[in-house]
Amino acid sequence: MAEENWVSVAKRSAINPGDVLGVRLGEREIALYNLDGEIYATDNLCTHAFALLSQGWLDGETIECPLHGGRFEVKTGKGLGPPINDDLKTYPVRVIGDDVQIRFE
Amino acid sequence: MNGTARHILIVGAGHAGGVAAATLRQAGFAGAVTLIGSEPYPPHERPPLSKELLAGAIPVEKTFLKPLAFYAENGIAFRPGETATAIDRAARRVELANGETVPYDLLLLTTGARARRLALPGADDRRVVYLRDIRDSLALRERLTGGPRIVVVGAGFIGLEAAAVARKRGAAVTVVEVQPAPLQRVCPTEIGDFMAALHRRNGVELRTGVALTAIEPDGDAVVLRTADGNAIAADVVLAGIGAQPNIELAQAAGLAVEDGVVTDEFGRTNDPHVFAAGDVTRHYNPLLGRKLRLEAWQNAQNQAIAVAKVMAGGDQPYAEVPWFWTDQYDVNLQIAGAPERWGTLVWRGGTGDKAFTVFGIEDGRPVAAITMNNGRDMRPARELIARRRTVDLARLADPKVKLQDLARES
Ligand SMILES: Cc1cc2nc3c(=O)[nH]c(=O)nc-3n(C[C@H](O)[C@H](O)[C@H](O)COP(=O)(O)OP(=O)(O)OC[C@H]3O[C@@H](n4cnc5c(N)ncnc54)[C@H](O)[C@@H]3O)c2cc1C
Ligand code: FES
Repeated sequence: MAEENWVSVAKRSAINPGDVLGVRLGEREIALYNLDGEIYATDNLCTHAFALLSQGWLDGETIECPLHGGRFEVKTGKGLGPPINDDLKTYPVRVIGDDVQIRFE
Repeated sequence: MNGTARHILIVGAGHAGGVAAATLRQAGFAGAVTLIGSEPYPPHERPPLSKELLAGAIPVEKTFLKPLAFYAENGIAFRPGETATAIDRAARRVELANGETVPYDLLLLTTGARARRLALPGADDRRVVYLRDIRDSLALRERLTGGPRIVVVGAGFIGLEAAAVARKRGAAVTVVEVQPAPLQRVCPTEIGDFMAALHRRNGVELRTGVALTAIEPDGDAVVLRTADGNAIAADVVLAGIGAQPNIELAQAAGLAVEDGVVTDEFGRTNDPHVFAAGDVTRHYNPLLGRKLRLEAWQNAQNQAIAVAKVMAGGDQPYAEVPWFWTDQYDVNLQIAGAPERWGTLVWRGGTGDKAFTVFGIEDGRPVAAITMNNGRDMRPARELIARRRTVDLARLADPKVKLQDLARES
């Protein structure tokens, strides 16, 4: 993977364990999660309707949508039942110093 | 208990019926499953019918629970466009409108509800419409083009959601409500007033405390007469005055009915071979300690799952804090608890803020909650209600205290 595909999206210190942070990159809405010190990234837009998952409820390794309670596995983006039909896109993450970087294809 | 059932027949292929059929298979039920429904569409969700589908933002298929092929692939005999007309409980079979009879070992009634009809002189006018199913939604969408004058009768959820969509589509919208504020049946007055202001800000003419007396044809339009002597002209009248459960089949078969088919927390009726789920039920909720009838996505979804599992041999009751949402303009309002009274209100934030949460308190216990653009509070709010314990009201009112901490400590 070319080095330039990694994009810095946030400061590591801005995401406490158990927190989720929404960031905007141009047109894209990305959600960053801190699961026990490990950072994960998914699309921030729920696949059901228009809601930002970063405004939802992070329960262990599951994010619950604030609008209609749809749930996704943070690590895989897998939708966990109705009203969710489509999985959530996930992104590779690396942390360099205090820099959280994610990679787009 | 039900380990020997060979054929489960589901009557009503709406949200609850579709979910139940899929759940029977997930739960390992190996017998035959038949799903009969009057509508031409596969089981679907209704919330988009007064929102995204009405607005033309999604295709019809997006409302389907599963693609049509799912049913055949999972050994579910889905029969759209078929209506059950009678239940012969002694012989354990159901008669269909086409004259056929379908036998069953266990029967699940998921016949839902229908829009309550407007009982006014002239209400049978073709310009008076309702909003319950996909066809209603598509037909209303059609009528909303070209900036018509629409009068919504009843400031309930469906009427208000449709009003919001109609405004976005450029219609001139009047909402007529007989109560002094919208949503009086389910919300405290403060929330009704908040929603009233939201609609007025968006250009809806909201007339509260107004009773209608008649609807009269007037060329291409109609005129609505009010009890206080006014006349309102309309190209379309949407009646959103509530729903009534489709209980007739159950009633004629002698099942216990009280504005809803009476069931226990397992979905069992007074006939051990007949179950019910969804909008049609008046079911016992062990968390609340009373029977209630709900018209909500959560109940259609989760009660159907619970009851289908019981029919497949399980033994877990359906016991959840009732929960409902509505989306209007940029507001997402969620309501938990279905309380008989709202009691004392405890606010976290206020109606002037970008987001707020409010609790209804009875005897020091949270019995209900509303979040406005604050869905994150809903999970802990439901937990607080489910616990049925007293909470420190000063801490509950303190936005610096996290709800999840309160839910954990109380
Ligand atoms: C416009 C609209 C918007 C809504 N928005 C929201 C929302 O935002 N949030 C929320 O929580 N809830 C909402 N709801 C409520 C929610 O959609 C319902 O609670 C849910 O659809 C109930 O599911 P059900 O399966 O019990 O009934 P239904 O979905 O009504 O399905 C019953 C089915 O049974 C069929 N049927 C009836 N009698 C027979 C018979 N004799 N033979 C064969 N078939 C029969 C009917 O044709 C129907 O298809 C909304 C409802 C409507 C109508
Ligand atoms: S928008 Fe996320 S569950 Fe509906």
